[in-house]
Amino acid sequence: MALHIIDRRLSGKNKSIGNRERFLRRYKAQIQDAVRRAVDGRGIRDIERSENITIPRKDIGEPLFQHGQGGIRETVHPGNTEYLRGDRIARPPGGAGGPGGQASGSGEGDDDFSFTLSKEEFLQLFFEDLALPHLLRTQIGDNPEWKSHRAGFTHDGTPNNLSIVRSMRGALGRRIAVGQAPRRTLVQKQALLVEREREKPQDVDVVEALRAEILALQGRLKRIPYLDPIDLRFRNRVRVPVPTSKAVMFCLMDVSGSMDQARKDLAKRFFILLYLFLTRHYDKIDIVFIRHHTQAQEVDEEGFFHATETGGTVVSSALVLMQQIIVARYPSGEWNIYGAQASDGDNYNNDSTRCRELLAEGILPLVRYFAYVQVVEEEQNLWTEYQQLEQAHANFAMRKATSADQIYPVFRNLFRKQRVPA
Amino acid sequence: MMTSPLASPARAARPLPDASDWTFELIDRYHEVIRQTAERYGLDTYPNQLEIISAEQMMDAYASVGMPVNYRHWSYGKEFIATEKRYRRGHMGLAYEIVINSNPCISYLMEENTTVMQALVIAHAAYGHNSFFKGNYLFRMWTDASSIIDYLVYARNYVSECEERHGMEAVETLLDSCHALANFGVDRYRRPSRRTLAQEMAESRAREEHAQQQVNDLWRTVPVREEKAPAAQAAQRFPAEPQENLLYFFEKSAPLLEPWQREIVRIVRKVAQYFYPQRQSQVMNEGWATFWHHRLLNTLYDDGHLSDGAMLEWLTSHTNVIFQPPVDHRAYSGINPYALGFAMYSDIRRICEHPTDEDRAWFPEIAGAPWLPTLDHAMRNYKDESFIGQFLSPRLMREMRLFAIHDDERKSELEVSAIHDTAGYQRLRQSLSQQYDLGTREPNIQVWNVNLRGDRTLTLRHSQYQDRPLGDTTLEVLRHAARLWGFGVNLESVNSAGSVARNWSVGAPA
Repeated sequence: MALHIIDRRLSGKNKSIGNRERFLRRYKAQIQDAVRRAVDGRGIRDIERSENITIPRKDIGEPLFQHGQGGIRETVHPGNTEYLRGDRIARPPGGAGGPGGQASGSGEGDDDFSFTLSKEEFLQLFFEDLALPHLLRTQIGDNPEWKSHRAGFTHDGTPNNLSIVRSMRGALGRRIAVGQAPRRTLVQKQALLVEREREKPQDVDVVEALRAEILALQGRLKRIPYLDPIDLRFRNRVRVPVPTSKAVMFCLMDVSGSMDQARKDLAKRFFILLYLFLTRHYDKIDIVFIRHHTQAQEVDEEGFFHATETGGTVVSSALVLMQQIIVARYPSGEWNIYGAQASDGDNYNNDSTRCRELLAEGILPLVRYFAYVQVVEEEQNLWTEYQQLEQAHANFAMRKATSADQIYPVFRNLFRKQRVPA
Repeated sequence: MMTSPLASPARAARPLPDASDWTFELIDRYHEVIRQTAERYGLDTYPNQLEIISAEQMMDAYASVGMPVNYRHWSYGKEFIATEKRYRRGHMGLAYEIVINSNPCISYLMEENTTVMQALVIAHAAYGHNSFFKGNYLFRMWTDASSIIDYLVYARNYVSECEERHGMEAVETLLDSCHALANFGVDRYRRPSRRTLAQEMAESRAREEHAQQQVNDLWRTVPVREEKAPAAQAAQRFPAEPQENLLYFFEKSAPLLEPWQREIVRIVRKVAQYFYPQRQSQVMNEGWATFWHHRLLNTLYDDGHLSDGAMLEWLTSHTNVIFQPPVDHRAYSGINPYALGFAMYSDIRRICEHPTDEDRAWFPEIAGAPWLPTLDHAMRNYKDESFIGQFLSPRLMREMRLFAIHDDERKSELEVSAIHDTAGYQRLRQSLSQQYDLGTREPNIQVWNVNLRGDRTLTLRHSQYQDRPLGDTTLEVLRHAARLWGFGVNLESVNSAGSVARNWSVGAPA
């Protein structure tokens, strides 16, 4: 009896992953609800974490034919301390079994079924049926990056691409193929000649004729070229477009006195959603934070969300800075540029027109998408100016969001899957 | 069959190392002495295959009902998620082992276990459970250890092929319906035939073709000659006799199922059948394995193979496993099958070796007999119900302080119907034995009739045991049954007086 000890530790981990997927698929509606609630209700910092999902147990049970309450049943229990035969005991509430609450069969009671979605699964559901705007066009249209890779062999090309092995192999094959028939005839004729010479050497004409034929065949075989131009094969290379995997995201936010903490929070949520969204599509993402009041400055994340400033508002200052940064660091040929602007709509009157012009002429042609979110309801001149942009430019979108639970719908709305003709 | 263990060899010079980190070499050495010791006791086992797995793989195995492969279904995903959560929160430890009734017998050892725990697992699973699988009549009769893994591989491939061809949705709903009825997909009395995987596959193909060509009784529309028509047909029942295997009935007779659907019904039925013996022999099986790891490791110690530290370590977990909280204990949740089984086998041995007068009166044929063959007999020829009915001794009832509670819904109070005294022994033993009888634990539902002349409604009949009604999920299950049947389904619940106490019905699925 031979013993086998098999080390299975490295093989077949996560065998249940398929089952888990099926489970998630089945309860997708409930899970998506929970995801939505989580996004609405929780702080921004938690969003990228995994999420606990709870599903009512009644929705998840698998029914079986079982005995219900009632009828006559007799159960045996261990650990009797006080009972004698014939003792009567008040029926415990719930009625099941004997004293001390015998297990009600299902064991776990009616707790809801809860489990944890991994970060990936959470984001997957979170961004389901959202698509990156204009992604299609980015990949197929004016794609700036090319990669060349091998694509078999061709008949013509430059000498430095000549594939010698391949060419010689072709030549050998051709020589064999072309020479096949004459060679066969030659062998036959030679055999015939030998036979004739031995048996009827007096038949000179016939022998001579045979000799001539053999000579001709030999000549023909000799004339088969060793290497023919049609044998030549050249290594082929093709250029294929590679989608740019780099993206930069500009976050523009008004930090003037009119933006209180609640409004900043709203804006923050929006930026974080956008960031998470981009991480799903691009390998490398740069984020540029630009905050502005009357002047704009590029800051780090901490300074962006948490510094408080006061003063008036000149929105165009931020747009100018953004344009400068694009020109200086992010050539639009190499980077997918996204812009997101959040503001309460306050601006100096004549500046709003300038903003529109800056966007229309300077920024929108360079970026994939520019989204503007206004965190208050009332429409000021910035809003009306921007509205003109929205009609004229497909890659510009604007929405209002005034409370935390609106951010997510607005976000979904902005980035709804759209069919973009290639 | 040996009547007493072989003599022990010379005492080992020094105990096996009990380092907490195991190595393959160490497991091999432990296994070797355990094997030799088991041989001395005449344990007859399938060849062993030990597999080292990680905790995550253990959870995977948990989720797919302990099998190394299984077809995919969301309910296993649910099980996995629940297990994982409980484990991560520390609500439960994982079992130290899983053992599969196959030939060779596969035992999973978890890598987290210490060396001594691995030895415990080997003794428990690879020799205890293994010999039970090989010896017990239920397993011999109902399961084919050599082909189960192959069959599950086939099932998995077949189901995933169906998913590709007919869509996940369709397969999932079908499996849901089958799972709802899986406990009623077993033959309780008929012995299944043994087939190899190749036969199984060839036959599955042939079955598919044949079954669909068959003229189904339900579809028989060829006109019948006038003279013998009405009376004969009205009297004709279908099925001719009630059938207890609902899934088998659907597989063979449901008119609207497609061939692949029939095959999936069959797969669920086969798997349910494979687990049927396990559900009937939990106390015996666990008790047997526990008794033998206890016996083997003790013998190992006596022979000088185990150090004192190792001894204490496995005894700790042994004690935890066989802990039986009393009824008023917070942790009480019914009788612990390990505790009861272990106590009963130990008690049988005691009756053989040191019988009292009481034992002689209760167990005249085993009192004073050699214990090894007696135990072997008790393992081979019983299931939980009959094992308890036969071997539960008055002394054990006293030790466990068993008592029975009689719950009659017509009375306002529960009654203590028997306790561990002379008047109560018989009744206690009978009650406990009944408690492990699958026939009374699960409702008795059979295929009763099909309305052949009308709308093909299927009638199932539940014969109440002790007037116990059916639970809340009945209607839900009935919907699943209707989905398989393709037409309406009725369920009558018949009480002990023979009248229909309750009726459920669902219409034909849309």
